[in-house]
Amino acid sequence: MKVNRFWSWLAIAVGVIYFALPLLGTIEFSLRMRRGEYSLDAYRAVLADPRFHETFGYSVIMAICTIVFGVLLVVPTAYWVRLKMPRLRPLLEFITLLPLVIPPIVIVFGYIRMYNTSSLLPLTGSAMGTNLLLMFGYATLSLPYMYRAVDTGLRAIDVRSLTEAAQSLGAGWVLILARVILPNVLIAVLSGAFLTFAIVIGEFVLAALLNRPAFGPYLQLIGANRAYEPAALAVISFAITWACMGLIQLVTQFSKHTKAPR
Amino acid sequence: MGFLDIEHLEKFYGTNQVVKDFNLSIEKGEFISFLGPSGCGKTTTLRMVAGFETPTSGRIRINGKDVVDQRPNQRNIGMVFQSYALFPNLTVAQNVAFGLRVARAPKAKIRGRVAEMLAIVGLSEFGARFPFQLSGGQQQRVALARALAVQPQVLLLDEPLSALDAKIRVSLRSEIRDIQKTLGITTIYVTHDQEEALSMSDRIVVMHQGVADQVGTPFEIYNTPKTRFVASFVGTLNQIVATIQDPSTGTLQIGADSVTLGRPLAAKTGTEVGLAIRPEALSLRPQSDGALSLPGRIVAVDFLGSVVRVKVDTGSGVMSLDMFNRPTAPPPVPGEQVALSVAAEDVIVLSDGTAVGQSR
Ligand SMILES: Nc1ncnc2c1ncn2[C@@H]1O[C@H](COP(=O)(O)OP(=O)(O)O)[C@@H](O)[C@H]1O
Ligand SMILES: [Mg+2]
Repeated sequence: MKVNRFWSWLAIAVGVIYFALPLLGTIEFSLRMRRGEYSLDAYRAVLADPRFHETFGYSVIMAICTIVFGVLLVVPTAYWVRLKMPRLRPLLEFITLLPLVIPPIVIVFGYIRMYNTSSLLPLTGSAMGTNLLLMFGYATLSLPYMYRAVDTGLRAIDVRSLTEAAQSLGAGWVLILARVILPNVLIAVLSGAFLTFAIVIGEFVLAALLNRPAFGPYLQLIGANRAYEPAALAVISFAITWACMGLIQLVTQFSKHTKAPR
Repeated sequence: MGFLDIEHLEKFYGTNQVVKDFNLSIEKGEFISFLGPSGCGKTTTLRMVAGFETPTSGRIRINGKDVVDQRPNQRNIGMVFQSYALFPNLTVAQNVAFGLRVARAPKAKIRGRVAEMLAIVGLSEFGARFPFQLSGGQQQRVALARALAVQPQVLLLDEPLSALDAKIRVSLRSEIRDIQKTLGITTIYVTHDQEEALSMSDRIVVMHQGVADQVGTPFEIYNTPKTRFVASFVGTLNQIVATIQDPSTGTLQIGADSVTLGRPLAAKTGTEVGLAIRPEALSLRPQSDGALSLPGRIVAVDFLGSVVRVKVDTGSGVMSLDMFNRPTAPPPVPGEQVALSVAAEDVIVLSDGTAVGQSR
């Protein structure tokens, strides 16, 4: 027992040193812009930068589009596979894991090759087309998380009986998805959405190579040219990510009808 | 032709035949039970009626119209599931209103109908609750109200009481039957519980390995089972094998004893037939003339309160008999030598193979 305690504490200590120390260092550094005293000058400088507003705003909009697209893609797919083709689930799980294995740079080069201005579908030819491509890329990157979140949500409900109950009451597929399935996996969808949000806000490779004014490339630009501001930006990014995690916890707590019934 | 006709219905899963040449004609307003052990194809048959499974072959007609090619949401069939299947994100009232909202009924009509349905199932006060705030029995009543709210042509229930505890099961049984009678709705009720089927149904379909073994009223099914399977599945029948000695007088050889039923049998001398005797038809006291007598030794006595269940070893099998408890006479004791007696007309000759059904 005692020995176990010791090893647990050691593990926690190592974790703290590994994760928390760099973070504390960064925070401390970001506060040292003014010589000889701690100040929020670096944060002020960052927040006053119009490029910060532009790129952050752009990334937020992209994140929202990605979430909507991801939900519309993943929820019906995961639902259909669970209902009609349960044997394909391992395959689907494998496919949704691929984005973790294949580097984004491969995806983006693939996109550029397939959709360049001399291709049949020249998406990169216009800003809107490139935005669309970027959104597809983001959706791909968030697929592992979105799919797993939704699939876990679906596991918690009796998909088959609920579908059949709705069918026998006259509902068609669109209605079943919108009124029965989606509301009951909403919590799971939201946690997938916040993860997607965090991914999109911090993503660099896709946005940089598709040359879109996103937050990730801006972070990189500042990081290469300034001293204190990057630290402040890193802390802000951290805060955003953690806020997302906090929101996942919050919505899980506040769901009124999913408290374990039995 | 009835209101709901099922003709030559068959279902294969791969090479596994789950439903075999199923035929049934149900009258409007009738309450039909599918009774049988787990895996005999009750649910599959019901789901074909609902449209969730496609028959391999056969016809299903509702009100004269062939529904096999209709999708489940076009059939206007109410369905109640063992797992309740209430929409967890909707309140009780919203659950009941679901089908009406799908059909785009006017708001006022929906409100009125929901109130009416909740009153019928005795849950008027519970409209604003969520399903997880209700007991199992209440949830199932909501599910019933939800299925009935759209005034379906047919109501299908698949073991709706199996997940509930015994007491609620019994009370909900009569409640469902009362509601069914009040609304006059044509109903198919799937169950593996013979007591449920016997107490609720107008007619029972006893199913066995995908075949409808016997269709009849509870009285017929219980008292004149046609096959060995029906005899053993419905009630706790004693079954023994006998050899026909004289078909014209109904003389049978049971073990070393010979008995005469006093009615003709359609099988030849020397054929083996199955006999079935209900526990309540057997007695330890000598009966009036015409009774058959079988010697045996008591092996067990179970005192169940109003009923005493005695097991007697007759040499050709252990027979179980029920007698009423009488305060003046203590129950028999194991080891006692007794003579079992049974009236000849209470001996059921099973019609499996070559034997014929008994007439009453
Ligand atoms: N989707 C299916 N695929 C393959 N076999 C099935 C399927 N559904 C049911 N079965 C088989 O069909 C038989 C009858 O099942 P079911 O109708 O559910 O029986 P019951 O409701 O009487 O218990 C069982 O042997 C079951 O294993
Ligand atoms: Mg079943």
